[in-house]
Amino acid sequence: MSGSADTPSGLSALDRPNSYIGRAVPRPNLTRLMQGRGQYVSDMTLPRMGHVVYVRSPYAHARILGIDSTDAKAMPGVIAVVTGAELAQVCTPWVGVLSHLKGLKSAPQYPIAVDRACWQGEAVAAVIATSRAIAEDAAEQVIVDYEELEPVTDMRTALDPETPVIHPDLGDNLAFERKLDAGEVDRAFAEADAVVDAEFVFGRHTGVTLESRSVLADWNAGEGRLTVYQGTQAPHMMQNIFAKHLSLEEAQVRVVCKDVGGSFGIKVHVYADEMATAALSKLLRRPVKFVADRIESFATDIHARDHRCYGKIGVMKDGTITAFEIDDLTGIGPYSMYPRTSAIEANQVVNLVGGPYTAQNYRARARVVFQNKNVTCQYRAVGHPIACSVTEGLVDLAARAIGMDPAEIRRRNLIQDDAYPCGSPSGLKFEALSHHAALNKLLAMMNYDALRVEQAELRQRGIYRGIGLASFIEVTNPSAAFYGVGGARISSQDGVTVRLDATGSVTCQTSITEQGQGSEAITAQVVATAIGVPMERVRVILGDTDNTPYGGGTWASRAAGIGGEAAWQAGKALRNNILAAAATILQADPATLDVVDGVVVDKGTTRQRIGLDEMARITYFRPDTLPPGFQAELMATRHFVPRQYPFAFTNGVQASWLEVDIETGFVTLLKHWVVEDCGTIINPQLVDEQIRGGVVQGLGPALYEHCRYDESGQLTNGNMADYLVPMAAEMPDIEVGHVVSPTLETELGAKGAGEAGTAGAAAAVANAVNDALSPFDVLITEIPLTPELILKELKRF
Amino acid sequence: MKASDFNYVCPSSVEEATSLLALHGDGAKVIAGGQSLVPALNLRLLAPEILIDIGRIGTLRYISVADGMVRIGALARHVDLLNSQEIAEHVPLLAEAITYVAHPAIRNRGTIGGNLAHADPASELPACMMALDAVMVISGPSGERRVAASEFFLGIYETALAPDELLIGLEIPVTAAGSRFYFHEFSRRNGDFAIAGLAAQANVRDGTVESLRLAYFAIGGRPTLAAHAAAKVARQPIGPAVIADAQSALAEDLEPHDDQQASSAMRLHLAKVLLERCMSDLVQDQEMKRKALQ
Repeated sequence: MSGSADTPSGLSALDRPNSYIGRAVPRPNLTRLMQGRGQYVSDMTLPRMGHVVYVRSPYAHARILGIDSTDAKAMPGVIAVVTGAELAQVCTPWVGVLSHLKGLKSAPQYPIAVDRACWQGEAVAAVIATSRAIAEDAAEQVIVDYEELEPVTDMRTALDPETPVIHPDLGDNLAFERKLDAGEVDRAFAEADAVVDAEFVFGRHTGVTLESRSVLADWNAGEGRLTVYQGTQAPHMMQNIFAKHLSLEEAQVRVVCKDVGGSFGIKVHVYADEMATAALSKLLRRPVKFVADRIESFATDIHARDHRCYGKIGVMKDGTITAFEIDDLTGIGPYSMYPRTSAIEANQVVNLVGGPYTAQNYRARARVVFQNKNVTCQYRAVGHPIACSVTEGLVDLAARAIGMDPAEIRRRNLIQDDAYPCGSPSGLKFEALSHHAALNKLLAMMNYDALRVEQAELRQRGIYRGIGLASFIEVTNPSAAFYGVGGARISSQDGVTVRLDATGSVTCQTSITEQGQGSEAITAQVVATAIGVPMERVRVILGDTDNTPYGGGTWASRAAGIGGEAAWQAGKALRNNILAAAATILQADPATLDVVDGVVVDKGTTRQRIGLDEMARITYFRPDTLPPGFQAELMATRHFVPRQYPFAFTNGVQASWLEVDIETGFVTLLKHWVVEDCGTIINPQLVDEQIRGGVVQGLGPALYEHCRYDESGQLTNGNMADYLVPMAAEMPDIEVGHVVSPTLETELGAKGAGEAGTAGAAAAVANAVNDALSPFDVLITEIPLTPELILKELKRF
Repeated sequence: MKASDFNYVCPSSVEEATSLLALHGDGAKVIAGGQSLVPALNLRLLAPEILIDIGRIGTLRYISVADGMVRIGALARHVDLLNSQEIAEHVPLLAEAITYVAHPAIRNRGTIGGNLAHADPASELPACMMALDAVMVISGPSGERRVAASEFFLGIYETALAPDELLIGLEIPVTAAGSRFYFHEFSRRNGDFAIAGLAAQANVRDGTVESLRLAYFAIGGRPTLAAHAAAKVARQPIGPAVIADAQSALAEDLEPHDDQQASSAMRLHLAKVLLERCMSDLVQDQEMKRKALQ
């Protein structure tokens, strides 16, 4: 069940000669990107292309009384100024609900606000001009007459009777509520030796992709076809949605996703301004390009988190945790995002709290409320950082209450490594996790006992350092249970086509997408291994609905686990077809042949029989020389979707070592460790960097990142100077270790790795800060942990 | 994020630049390294009619030492100061402070004149000029004039420069032998604008401090000399009681402001922390410190 990352243990189907599985091979796209030869949407120019700039509401909540665009339209270079009402003639509204999230409600959302703006930054008019600069000049001349309405900004009072209802047709501001009661929670708390509770507060933050959201829509009226160049994680989902809301057949829409500069979940949603851009192209019958500038990114890219979660834990003196209880509240903006909805994060919190532990008594409530702020939705590690911070914060509180070491209480409560398969009180099914192996490895990596001694010595000298631990579970490889069952037309299966070309090289088309994480590399590794060709002979094509099999794309840590398995099966199928053709040419039994390093060989030996180039030449150009009745099939397609488990859970544990300056409140991160188990590791370097990048994206909100809104619903720090993304100088060394428990649902055995780092980083930091400050009898359960927050708790001023 | 249309002119001499300033008045903005101005243009916070690019006036990019004075041209870039042996030797406070200024890409283009004329209250260099008792050299229609740093910085982005004047350089007395300095700032991230900072210069003898100049920045609308606090420690043996006395006096010296990063109360607290660290640093062995920095 476990082994080292570099050498998969035991012989399996993956252990083929020249296997690329488990090797840190360089990415095939690296040279192109490093030479600046990447092609992003903003690099593209089409004939007659217009640039759109959106006039955005300066108010959080306002009625649009009138729009005067006379002066703007008269400016040289301006192609059109279009209002929400005009665009509603071309594009139908949408409602972001899913049927399996019972009771979830939302209001129809239009590509451009029609009569009311519901957050600061919502588009109220579009200005299309021959350049972005001219469009910006003209946008300043569009005069919008607003009547300011009372905004709903504080999630805590959103449900109060005196608070205005944002969408009167919905009756109230409650978008979704979920309750769960498993086991005997009241009894478990009554019988516990200690019960402790706290309220955990999570600031809003966002993804800050290096490349901002970009879309270039090209309606070709002659062809009756819309081509959309878009930085997206889910081209087929977008194809379906463009078709549906622009009243087209899916076949009339092509979505092309070239290079993408980071996504993190930001680019898997349907944004009103991107829909508007496609609708404008159809309306104006010419290409229209929209590239969000950085201020638009902060005001309109989905935000995430923004939770207040009350948590309670019961514990016995021997460390046994008896029960967890949570009451979570989150504000999601004025609309539930389409089509994945904005209720998933709170739902995940309910699902995941207490997940690593054996306690079976668990009660939860989550409420999701509307507010007049930017929309929130799924962003890297959806719900996990909240569930993990609440759970691990409570576990540390419990340990403190009974005077037990934080590592020891985890050891006594984590689900045993031999207890699988098993389930959680919230109904999650675990195939095989490795909490104890991971914890043991982590404690050894960090030299936990010695670090505790060092901590105690430094404390004597007035240096306050803390150690924080955080165990976590992570949802990966989602089946249709995530979205499909709720009625969303989001594919949970992926497809891969591989074709042997006439020179013996391989072209591979996959439905997963690449945003910088290495999807292209791992696909090439898997295909090359499965067929038996050098990796440099495999060319991978992704991100084009005209040219790839149908599939979900890359999100929810699914590309390697699902798309990787489809690639593996497609590669195997092509190898079998190659062997059938080769056997025919060689007049041999296919069972005695294999493909190694691009050459057909006698199985089990290195005796070369025929190169794939020669075999392909004969097959494609001299089929007349083959026996009658034989038809070679040198192209194969396979699809894959998980069926046995709704999700392939992974697990891991993180630790933070940091120092708090008790005079200034500044936190210095000294070291971070992660041990995670994502099953089979296809490319150790890519996995480690996914973990590290994920950790950084968890450390950011722990200490720095925060979308700050004032009481009137104004985002007050929407720029790179005031919204603090973590920078290299602030980041600690991040040491990564692995335990390998492959999923048996696939031959590849890979699970997701993209979100594990983000899941537990903030929890580890918060626990470490509280550990550092333990001599001062303070407890801080809010992130970001700013110097001001820490100084206030320490009552320094 | 595209700037509004503007005209552009690139004078080749100070005289040409100042006559252009006189011609265009408030409608003109001077651009040097552009590290503050260009973002402001792109954010459309500023929409000048004309940009006067002084970047090609080669005579303004120099660092020289003569007659006990370090002279720095307005177009000397941050990186020039960082790499200058003269600055390291004769104005060590500035040499250290410059390492806190933003990031290499910004230091490669940003100029000291642009920084000082921009007068961002959170910037390191204006406070250094106060601590070092520097003099600003200004060129205008009626010739050159000199203004002490303590009279130059008037408020947020506000200086003693008239609309038709150009900051062309500065003069800093060579730091006296035996003089010691302290520089530190608290910023959320490396290279960010500080939320509280202190540049200090003093003569230290037998554990007592003389001629102490405490220049705080990022606290209030302009860099501020904490004269009351400095008076409390002057010629006193440095110990906890004296430092506490000086810390209390900071309330008279400073007018801390509130913003997203820190409340005024927190800024005053951090100013006190800086003062304590400054005093203990000043009386420590500076040679050891210098070696540790290298």
